Amino acid sequence: MSTISCPECAAEVMLESGTEVGEIIVCPDCGVDLEVTALEPAAVQLAPIEQEDWGE
Amino acid sequence: MQRRLKIGLLCSRIRVEEKWIFASLERRGIDFDRLDDRTISFDLDDLELWHQYDAVLERSISYTSGLYALRILSAFGVPTVNTVAVAEACGDKLTTSSLLMKAGLPQPRNVVAFTAESALEAVEKLGYPAVAKPVIGSWGRLLAKINDRDAAEAIFEHKATLGSAQHQVFYLQEYIEKPGRDIRAVVIGGRVLTAMYRTSPHWITNTARGGEGELCPITPEIEELSLRAAQAVGGGVLAVDIIEHPQRGFLINEVNHTMEFHTLQPLSGVDIAGEIVDYTANIASREVVQ
Repeated sequence: MSTISCPECAAEVMLESGTEVGEIIVCPDCGVDLEVTALEPAAVQLAPIEQEDWGE
Repeated sequence: MQRRLKIGLLCSRIRVEEKWIFASLERRGIDFDRLDDRTISFDLDDLELWHQYDAVLERSISYTSGLYALRILSAFGVPTVNTVAVAEACGDKLTTSSLLMKAGLPQPRNVVAFTAESALEAVEKLGYPAVAKPVIGSWGRLLAKINDRDAAEAIFEHKATLGSAQHQVFYLQEYIEKPGRDIRAVVIGGRVLTAMYRTSPHWITNTARGGEGELCPITPEIEELSLRAAQAVGGGVLAVDIIEHPQRGFLINEVNHTMEFHTLQPLSGVDIAGEIVDYTANIASREVVQ
């Protein structure tokens, strides 16, 4: 299991096994959405904000 | 010997739906490439790159990116799920309503205008309460319930002033007093696989806005209506949203062409991801030389 540091609040967040690049995780401390940008080593960035044409 | 199929999976952020689709592809031994629509580009002179795929499954979170990708792939002759015609039919609510009207299917009353002034005249004739929706949008975003003329004037002025060109299409519907829920039916390859009620105390029942799911029995009427709606927009992998009018019965609200199913798959026990992959593999196989 990898750990990353939340870019917003610096909390340590564990990535569960099976996490994929491109997946959205939520920081359990500050609640911000993070997008996983790499694995091994793990990296995240703040998830892009919902756009007007997103959805089903 | 038949070679292994190769699928291109066009996606953006990876939702649980995409993870389930990856797993289904792997279980079936189907080779696939994950194509992030935020990092790829298309060279209109390089068809060969895309002809490595027997089919492309489009799962973009952005309607625009997905639609334009489908347009290019269609021009390239690469089979896609869904087709570009279906994406165009479903992604724009006014296009969907027009096709439903053409197919003689029941839906809420719709009126359309292109300026705030003509929209006001139209909504006064339609009556209150009414609903204003953007023609392109999802997840219950930017829906407005218009209770009276004051609200209509304010909402239309805001859309006209603050909205993009698309918001100058004033797509207005009668407001339907739903029984605290609406219905979502999944139709894949001409079969209704499962359906759920989305219940909410709010008039916007999308699960993205907090609506909760419970299984909905697929009655013959729901089945027939869902299949006809799917056919009207061109068929494929679709989620048909149905409203229950207190007097007029079932009305088709919209049809979605890149459905989410993180609630419905576990709720129903139907392997929707697997069904999508099987449908895509069938589409792909028609192009494979035996």
